[in-house]
Amino acid sequence: MSKVTLTIDGIQITVPKGATVLEAAEQAGIFIPTFCHDPQLSKPGACRICVVEIPGARNLPASCVTEATEGMVVNTASPAVIEARKTNLELLLANHPTDCLTCEKSGDCRLQEYAYFYGVKQGAFKGEKHNYPIEDDNPFIVRDMNKCILCGKCIRMCEEVQGNDVINFAYRGFNSIVTPAMGAHYADTEISNCVFCGGCVSVCPVGALSEKGMIGKGRRWEVKKVTTTCPYCGVGCQFDLNVKNGKVIGVTSTDGEVNGRALCVKGRFGYGFIHHPDRLTTPLIKKDGKFVEATWDEAVDLIVKKIGSIKEKCGPDALGLLSSARVTNEENYLMNKLARAVIGTNNIDHCARLCHAPTVAGMATAYGSGAMTNSFAEIPGADFILISGTNTTDTHPVAGAMIKQAARNGSTLVVVDPRKTELAKLAKYHLQIKSGTDIALFNGLANVIIAEGLCDKEFVNNRTEDFEAFKATVAKYTPEYVEGITGIRAETIREVALGYAKAKNASIFFTMGITQHICGTHNVFSIANLCMLCGQIGKESSGVNPLRGQNNVQGSCDMGALPVVYTGYQSITVEENRKKFAAAWNVQELPAKIGLTVGELLGECGKSIKGMYIMGENPVISDPDANQVMHELKKLDFLVVQDIFLTETAQFADVVLPGASFAEKDGTFTNTERHVQLVRKAIEPIGNSKPDWEIICMVATAMGYPMSYGSAAEIMDEVASLTPSYAGISFARLEKGSLQWPCLSADHPGTKFLHSGKFARGLGKFHAVEHIPPDELPDNEYPFILSTGRRRYHYHTGTMTQRTGALEVFYPTEYLEVSCPDAEKLGVCDGDRVRVASRRGQVEVAVKITDTVVPGLVFTSFQYPDVPINRLTNPARDPISKIPDLKVCAVKIDKVG
Amino acid sequence: MKSLDELAKIKESRRAALKIREGVPSATEKAHVMMCGGAGCISSKCLEVVDAMKEALSKNGIAEQVQIILTGCMGPCDMGPVAIVYPDATFYRRLKPKDAEAIVEEHIMKGNLVQRLLYRAPGAKEPTPKVTDIDLFAKQKKIVLRNNFYIDPTSIEDYIANDGYAALGKALTQMQPAEIIEEVKKSGLRGRGGAGFSTGMKWGFTAAASGSPKYVVCNGDEGDPGAFMDRSVLEGDPHSVIEGMAICGRAIGAEQGYVYVRAEYPLAIERLDYAIQKARENGLLGKDILGTGFNFDIEIRIGAGAFVCGEETALLTSIEGKRGEPRPRPPFPANAGVWGKPTVLNNVETWANIPEIILKGAAAYAAIGTEKSKGTKVFALAGRINNTGIIEVPMGTTLREIVFEIGGGIPRKKAFKAVQTGGPSGGCIPADYLDTPVDYDSLGALGAIMGSGGMIVLDEDSCMVDIAKFFLDFVVDESCGKCSPCRIGTKRMYEILDNISKGKGKEGDIELLVELATTIKATALCGLGQTAPNPVLSTIRYFRKEYEEHIRDKKCACNVCELEE
Ligand SMILES: Cc1cc2nc3c(=O)[nH]c(=O)nc-3n(C[C@H](O)[C@H](O)[C@H](O)COP(=O)(O)O)c2cc1C
Ligand code: SF4
Ligand code: FES
Repeated sequence: MSKVTLTIDGIQITVPKGATVLEAAEQAGIFIPTFCHDPQLSKPGACRICVVEIPGARNLPASCVTEATEGMVVNTASPAVIEARKTNLELLLANHPTDCLTCEKSGDCRLQEYAYFYGVKQGAFKGEKHNYPIEDDNPFIVRDMNKCILCGKCIRMCEEVQGNDVINFAYRGFNSIVTPAMGAHYADTEISNCVFCGGCVSVCPVGALSEKGMIGKGRRWEVKKVTTTCPYCGVGCQFDLNVKNGKVIGVTSTDGEVNGRALCVKGRFGYGFIHHPDRLTTPLIKKDGKFVEATWDEAVDLIVKKIGSIKEKCGPDALGLLSSARVTNEENYLMNKLARAVIGTNNIDHCARLCHAPTVAGMATAYGSGAMTNSFAEIPGADFILISGTNTTDTHPVAGAMIKQAARNGSTLVVVDPRKTELAKLAKYHLQIKSGTDIALFNGLANVIIAEGLCDKEFVNNRTEDFEAFKATVAKYTPEYVEGITGIRAETIREVALGYAKAKNASIFFTMGITQHICGTHNVFSIANLCMLCGQIGKESSGVNPLRGQNNVQGSCDMGALPVVYTGYQSITVEENRKKFAAAWNVQELPAKIGLTVGELLGECGKSIKGMYIMGENPVISDPDANQVMHELKKLDFLVVQDIFLTETAQFADVVLPGASFAEKDGTFTNTERHVQLVRKAIEPIGNSKPDWEIICMVATAMGYPMSYGSAAEIMDEVASLTPSYAGISFARLEKGSLQWPCLSADHPGTKFLHSGKFARGLGKFHAVEHIPPDELPDNEYPFILSTGRRRYHYHTGTMTQRTGALEVFYPTEYLEVSCPDAEKLGVCDGDRVRVASRRGQVEVAVKITDTVVPGLVFTSFQYPDVPINRLTNPARDPISKIPDLKVCAVKIDKVG
Repeated sequence: MKSLDELAKIKESRRAALKIREGVPSATEKAHVMMCGGAGCISSKCLEVVDAMKEALSKNGIAEQVQIILTGCMGPCDMGPVAIVYPDATFYRRLKPKDAEAIVEEHIMKGNLVQRLLYRAPGAKEPTPKVTDIDLFAKQKKIVLRNNFYIDPTSIEDYIANDGYAALGKALTQMQPAEIIEEVKKSGLRGRGGAGFSTGMKWGFTAAASGSPKYVVCNGDEGDPGAFMDRSVLEGDPHSVIEGMAICGRAIGAEQGYVYVRAEYPLAIERLDYAIQKARENGLLGKDILGTGFNFDIEIRIGAGAFVCGEETALLTSIEGKRGEPRPRPPFPANAGVWGKPTVLNNVETWANIPEIILKGAAAYAAIGTEKSKGTKVFALAGRINNTGIIEVPMGTTLREIVFEIGGGIPRKKAFKAVQTGGPSGGCIPADYLDTPVDYDSLGALGAIMGSGGMIVLDEDSCMVDIAKFFLDFVVDESCGKCSPCRIGTKRMYEILDNISKGKGKEGDIELLVELATTIKATALCGLGQTAPNPVLSTIRYFRKEYEEHIRDKKCACNVCELEE
């Protein structure tokens, strides 16, 4: 790269060609004030506070947009520059309120800082001031446009990072103002399109935008910032918990490795659950049907006694454990150890069963690994992005925004989804397929690619096996045939197939729309086939990317919270593995019998399963056919639930143990792209609660298996010593930056994308799969298809997001999405209540008429305890992965009253 | 049209039909009445005169033998509606519908000029019937407005008959791109949009810039209050702009042009749109122009009428469909214009000069004007002057000639005080400098600018504080608001001026104005802000006393300002 040398304030400095004067000055350690400049956003050069003097220039150029040139001489502090900056500040102050005493931003305000630095006082230019009303009608963000200095960073953040264009400048000159369209408020989301990611707040240099929850809670200089990893979804954003006097008072952006400063509404504004009065603060023991407070000793003693007696009477396999995708890797690892080494059973599973079991089953069989093959950072490099069955902007908002950016920057976006999601509206092609016809579609794409001779022969020959059987199977899936099954025009299928095959780098993303079907694993196979067919895998920006739902679902699987594997997917069926772990865990031998899955465990309650230990899971709400789940849990002799709230499931427990939240403990989460990131303790555990790993240690020790660690870091060291893909991971390294597994040794840099040069299993395996219709199709009695999913404002079963003081305020009730023609047929309007019933149960819910669903399809989320939609869903399972078919169930709908 | 020959044939046949406009009586036609259809004449109801004339012609049964043609602005707007009747080129002024009959029955049918409608030079006893003899026009030199007396703007044949598209033909068949650029450089043509940058150099930079495709853009935003030079060109001779842009396309290797016109100019948009359509139909735009393999087409983009959208980077941003806000330069449009691609952006008037330069050669063009300012310039005369309207004069013509000879001096024997040039970006030039030649550099040296061609004449009754306030008020309204010096600074300057004009000024206000003005000029993002303080600074420079009177004596000598108390 060529370089240029310039002189700034007498200091010679060499910078890469193309650098700005501002960047050069920063490199030389010379201070230049800025308002509108942000290194990660486009450069408007608007505020003019960064002006410098360059002899020969006609006026004082703005250093943030002036390119440094060879031999340039710059003066950043000449009298003319200082004078101009002072006048600029005087002008800004002349149009600014003088309430620094009570302003939330005081202490962290650039205007204040520069006024102080340059000794500028208010009052030089008295004149008209604006007097805008303060916008305070949403629970997240307060906007005081009287304080706005119109730097426009919020606008660019919203446009360039979030891809939302909520706000822009309106009017001209002195009357310029930043506002959503038509002067709407953020809260008028129908007009504003605001999703409350709070990106605007994170970049505002003054007090114009503030986090509502933080107002009056503490001065910026009193706050300790603790960088940690978000407890919600699998994207794994990092942020700073703001702590004052041992209390979390808010969340602010840090420069996260995965997310930069972007966050979603849950991550930024959903922290209120931490100090919610409903938090469990002491162990509870059920006596005569009522919970009474107990000491830790009492609770642990009871557990040891009960579990001991079940084990004694019925053997260890009469016990089942549910670990949790919400807690840390270290805790999952200990749960795995508790099950196998202490209790002596492989009956351990967790909710990954409900989301990505088919992914793990399918991709592991085809490729040898079930994880996302690529990283989010590779999204911009993909010129073709296919999204299937994922409403990414709601379920993984920050990843969704990255996909939006790519589409804006010219990548071809294809969305396969029965619903018209936000991404579908942006996509070049929206393939609005009939629910449950994915295999036909992917086979159809493969058919076209083979017919057109666009398959990557070299890749197929050298790196895969079983191609011929696959080829024979897809031969019948001509576009015309597939049109008949999926409802997608043959011509469109052809175009998309050609686009995928010809793309330089094509990435596929999917979530529950692919997996939650009785043919979930086959769906995954059909996607895996397509990638291999075109060689669109094993290289940067090309591959298959299952977006994992929960913050640590990847990690809980990695840690062996599954019935057939130890950490790093080392199978329990291999004797060598059993020996290795038995030795490390200091036990004679480990059980060899494959354990039961979530569904099987629940199904066996009262039969072969007598006692369960559930940590951080809420199957009563999350699992299909919830009535049945409640019924089953009642049959247990003994149930322990360890959680941060008294969940619907905890209600059935005999003993409830209070866990500490993510803010109260150290550990790691592994995000969906295999990034292992630190979770840092910001505050002490609430009340008498304890970190889950400490609780497990207590229980294990009381059961006669001494288990103790000085810190979470020590647990990770043990994991690393037993797990090849985590071998190089340690807290000391993570302190310097996250690592992506496989990370094979202490000096291994981690792995950005998988299967480079060779699949994890050696050769990639094609699987010939046929279209399988959903288990339950609509009929005369149950004429609608009900599909379920998630909402941006809520998380999973709502245990946390319903207790934030913000999210549930803004999004208080669930509704059923119904198409306009269906609403007409049913005679219902927006807000009318309907009874939705399947063969298994019924719920009441309000209707929302939208164009996101097609006639015949209705949709709602499973996140509201008062709309327990899983009482309706079909527990029919994928025979391979045992995932229930949560995406298709037949229902009938009646207006209530 | 697939060849130069075809072009030549059209020219020939049309020329024959238009002989009458060269003064050659025709066997079949009695007259061509060129009725000025410029903005001024339209507002003085020329269309009613046209109707009346059509009626008179029909009544007399000679409708077939007389053509009535609506032209672009002829210039002398204050005399409107005006018309020229060929073959004798008689100039009539202040026409009323009731005059139509006289012109038809006396002049056209009997050959008797209608004396009362003829032009009389100030103080002259006898009228001057022939347009070419009229002093007002005789002192002008028409290049940009070369066709406005002669052609029907809606007739591509008329344009071709007057050498239209010959320059394009020459550029496509006889010149290499580099030669075209060289020719434009040698002509000395400088941008007529205000900044006066060498047009040839701009083209050269764009041609040399890496990146494709490249674009050609015409700036027809014309936002200076009171200016309508560009409008006159677009309405009166749209093909001249199209031809100029196509020549540039050939020179820099661009195939797409955009003309950005403000929505307030519906007639200009209509005429231009029609002209583009006709040019396409005739193979002068589109694919394989004149059979040379050269492709070029033009689209119109309509602006919402913000002054700042005339600033080049704001205009480009607006073409891209975004809010019209300036962006920092460099990069200049030559390197990063529309959609970040190399772009030549010139003003309407600049474009209209191009065909003449290419056809007649750089030397002929450079022979007109001063050493550093070549060619002619169109001005819009307004204010306290007898002949308001549009004029075109060689560069270097003195202010005195413009104001007193062409403009006919100050009405009601009032004393001349100053002339304001360059609109809100310009300044006032006082009487002492009346003999200054009008060129880019001389005006700049006086603290004014050439600007796009607005010229407002002020007499002894004009208060300079009020004038400064008028322009500042304009920029406060038009500031886009992106950069703080302009957004807040101009507002505060206005407030100070407003106080002064109301007798509420304080000692130190002048200094405060100068201080603010200096910072705004030095730090504003775009040309609007960088020049916005000029009207204030130049009036302070030449008329400081008037400011002091307002502040100290609470008095407005011209009785314009409404002083409170
Ligand atoms: C505030 C502002 C307004 C402008 N308005 C116009 C305009 O209306 N028309 C125009 O041609 N140039 C206008 N300009 C000048 C253009 O930025 C640009 O210099 C010009 O169009 C280039 O063409 P030229 O080289 O042919 O003059 C304006 C400049 C500024 C700063
Ligand atoms: S100088 Fe004025 S018009 Fe130009 S960018 Fe700044 S605010 Fe906008
Ligand atoms: S920081 Fe350079 S103009 Fe705003």
